Amino acid sequence: MDEALKTELAKQGIFTTTLQELYNWGRRSSLWPLNFGLACCAIEMIATTMARYDLARFGAEVFRPSPRQADLMIVAGTITKKMAPQVVRLYNQMPEPKYVISMGACAISGGPFKQGYNVLKGIDRYIPVDIYIPGCPPRPEALIDAFMALQKKIDAQQLTGDNRPRHLNAAEPSEFPVPHFGAHDLEPPQNPEVWHPPLVNISVSTADIDESGIA
Amino acid sequence: MTTLTASPFESQLLEVSMGPQHPSTHGVFRMDVALDGERVVKLKPIFGYLHRNHEKIAENETYLGSMPYTDRLDYFCSITNNWAYALAVETLAGIQVPERAEYLRVITGELTRLQNHACLVGFLMQDMGASGTPLMYAFREREKILDLFESLTGARMMCNYMRFGGCRVDLPAGWLDQAKQVVEAFPRFLDEYESLLAGNEILMARTQGVGVLSKELAINAGVTGPMLRASGVNYDLRKVDKYGIYDRFSFRVPLGDHGDVYDRYMVRLLEMRESVKILRQAMKDIPGGPIQDPKTKIRGFRPKTGEAYGRIEAPKGELGFYLISDGSPCPYRYRVRPPSLINLTILEDMCLGQNIADVVIILGSVDIVMGEVDR
Amino acid sequence: MNLESLKSEIEANVPGCRLEIVSNPSLSGQHSLLLGPSRALEVALFLRDAEALRFDYCSNVTGIDWPAPTTKGKVKEMGEGFEDDAEEEEAQLTGHLEAVYHLYSMEKKHGPVILRMKTEDRVERVHLPSLTPVWRSADFQEREIFDLFGIVFDGHPDLRRILMWDEFEDHPMRRDYVEPDDYEYEPTAHDDVLRKTQQHHGGAA
Repeated sequence: MDEALKTELAKQGIFTTTLQELYNWGRRSSLWPLNFGLACCAIEMIATTMARYDLARFGAEVFRPSPRQADLMIVAGTITKKMAPQVVRLYNQMPEPKYVISMGACAISGGPFKQGYNVLKGIDRYIPVDIYIPGCPPRPEALIDAFMALQKKIDAQQLTGDNRPRHLNAAEPSEFPVPHFGAHDLEPPQNPEVWHPPLVNISVSTADIDESGIA
Repeated sequence: MTTLTASPFESQLLEVSMGPQHPSTHGVFRMDVALDGERVVKLKPIFGYLHRNHEKIAENETYLGSMPYTDRLDYFCSITNNWAYALAVETLAGIQVPERAEYLRVITGELTRLQNHACLVGFLMQDMGASGTPLMYAFREREKILDLFESLTGARMMCNYMRFGGCRVDLPAGWLDQAKQVVEAFPRFLDEYESLLAGNEILMARTQGVGVLSKELAINAGVTGPMLRASGVNYDLRKVDKYGIYDRFSFRVPLGDHGDVYDRYMVRLLEMRESVKILRQAMKDIPGGPIQDPKTKIRGFRPKTGEAYGRIEAPKGELGFYLISDGSPCPYRYRVRPPSLINLTILEDMCLGQNIADVVIILGSVDIVMGEVDR
Repeated sequence: MNLESLKSEIEANVPGCRLEIVSNPSLSGQHSLLLGPSRALEVALFLRDAEALRFDYCSNVTGIDWPAPTTKGKVKEMGEGFEDDAEEEEAQLTGHLEAVYHLYSMEKKHGPVILRMKTEDRVERVHLPSLTPVWRSADFQEREIFDLFGIVFDGHPDLRRILMWDEFEDHPMRRDYVEPDDYEYEPTAHDDVLRKTQQHHGGAA
C-alpha cells in the first residue's frame, strides 16, 4: 500500500496494516529475555535493565527465570565447556519463536580467554545466533542497539515463502543435540550443522612467523 | 553423577539441584541440596562453570599482560583486583610507589568498595523478594561511581588502572571536585538504605538468627572480609598489614556480635560509612607529584628469581596473589587466592537445619562472584 | 618472625620431623620451610595450637608443577631438597609436584609462615598428607590441586574434582598438558596459533 495514503488515512483515524506487520509488531515489542547471565557481561546486562539505560521501554519488561516463558536468550559471558551442555539444554527448552543474542567477546568466539582448556570458543558452535555484540564488556548502549537491531530483524521476517523464519518452517529443527562430557573435551566439539566458520586463507610463508618470542 | 543420598534409609529426602541457571545463585553456581520437607539436611556446592583458566593463561603472558585479566576476576571490583596484583609484583621486585599514586589507589579502591557493598545490599533485598526497586537505588549510586571511573580510566568496569610502581593515568581536571560531590551525597543514600533495613520487620525476621557462623569456625575455615568481622573477629588487613598508606587514615572496623545474615549486612553498611570517612581524608590530603615509579620498566619487566605473596583487603575478603618468578618475562607460577571460594567452604555448615528459602539469603550474604571462585 | 628460631622450636616439639629452610632470592624476604610429609600433620597441629605461635589461619594453598629438567636448560628451582636422601636426587631427574601453604595468625596478628611439601615424582608417588583436618580452609584448595595438578591428599574428607567435570581425565595445569585441538577458525592467527591452525587445515593453504 502506498505510504503517503497510509499516513493520510492514519491522520483521519483509520489505521491500515497487513497481517505480517501486525504479527511482527506484536512479537518484537514484547521480547522477554531469559534471566541468564554467566560472567561480567551479565553485570552490564543488569545495568541495562536498571533505571539509567532502561531496557523495559523496548519491550523487555520482565526477565523470565524459566526458559519455558522466555523468547530471547542473551548469552552474556564466557561459555565454558562445563556449562555448554546446560546452555544448549536451556535453548532447547525455550519455545519457538526464539532468538539468541551473543553478548560480549567471550560468547562470540572465546574472547580474551580463548587459549583455554575449558573455554568454548563461541556459543555459535552449538546453537544458532541472531545478533553478535562485540565488546568486553559491551556498553549498555551497545546492548540496546543490538536489541533494536533484533527488533528490525524480526520486523523484516516474512510469514510465507522460502525466507520464512524457523518457527514457521516445519522442516527446520528447533532443538539441537546436547554435547556431553568426554575424557578430554566435549563430544562433539562442535555441531557441523549449526556452525559454518568461513575458511580463512592463511597462506603465510614460514619466514614471516615471529620466533623471537616476547621482547 | 554423584547423589547426596546413597543410603536407602534416606530415600524420603528430596534432592534439588539449584543452578547453574537460577535467578538467585549470583552467577553460574550450583548447589545440590537434600531436603527433609523444607529443612536442609545436606548441601554440596558445585562450581567450575566459569573456570576460564586464568592461571594457565598468566603463565604464558608477561606480568603486565596479566593485568587486564585480573580485572575479570571479581568483575564488580576491578580496581582492587589490579591493586592486589600490583602489590604482589611490587613485593616480589621491591618496587617503591610514589605518594600521589598511593593516594590515588586509596581513593579509587575505596570508591570500588562503596559500589560493591551498595550493590550487594541491593541484591540481598532482591533475593528476599523486594523485586528490584532497592536494587535500582543501589545501581543508581553505582552508575555515579562508574562515571567517575570512566572519565579517569576510560572504562566503566574493566579499569586496568594499576601498574607496577603506581597508576596508569593521573586525574583529569575537575575529577576531584566531581568525586567530592559523589562522596558528599553518599551518606544520604546510606541513611535511606539503613531506614529500609533497620526498621523493616520482614527483613529483621528473615535475617536475624539465620545462617549463624561462630568465631572459631570462621577463623579455621579461612573466612575473611566482612563475613569474618560479622562473626566478631577483628581482622582487617588495612589495619593488620597496613599496606599502602592506610596507617595515615583514621577509621574504625565494624564488628558484629552474632554472625548471622543481619550482622553481615549491617557490617557492610557501616563499612561504607567508614569508606566515606577515608575518602574524605584522602581527597583532602592528596599531594602532587609523579604517579609512577621512574625506575621501574613497564615493558620488558623481568623480576629476579624468587617468589612473593601479596594480599589486600578487597571488598569481598583477603585477595592474594602468589607469584613465582624464574627470571623470564612470564611468571613461572601465578596463583590467585580467591576470597569468595574460601568463604564458600562453610556454606554447608551455615545452611544445615535452615529452610530452603533461607539458603538463598545465606548465599547472598556470603557475597560470591563466580569470576573469582572459578577464575 | 625469625625462621631459624621457629624451625628449632618445631624440631624440639615434634621429634622426627624433617625441616629445611628454603631461602627466597627475591626482594620479598619471604623464606619458607620445606616439610617432610611423614610428620607434617603433627607439625601443622603444633603450629596451630602452640601458645606463642597460634597460626590459626591458613590463607593460601598452592600447587606447583616442576617437570623434569630437560637438556636445554635446568628449570630454576627453589631449594636443594634434603641432602641425606638418595630418593630426592631421583626426584630432581623425574620432576615432582609441590604444595605450598601460607599460614597467618589472626589471634597474634603475625605471619606469614610458608610451608612446602614435595611429592616424590609426577607419575605414581604423588601422595601427600592433607592438612584439611587442621585448617578447614584447605578443603576446597586441596581439591583444586588434586583436580588441576594430580596430587592425591591422603586424609582429605572429600577428594574429588572441583573445577573440571568428573569425567575429565587430565590434570590441566601441568606443564606438559596438551589442550584439545579446536583451532579451526582463527582469523588473526600468528606465532603458535598460526602453526596449530595450519596443521588443522593440512598445511599452509
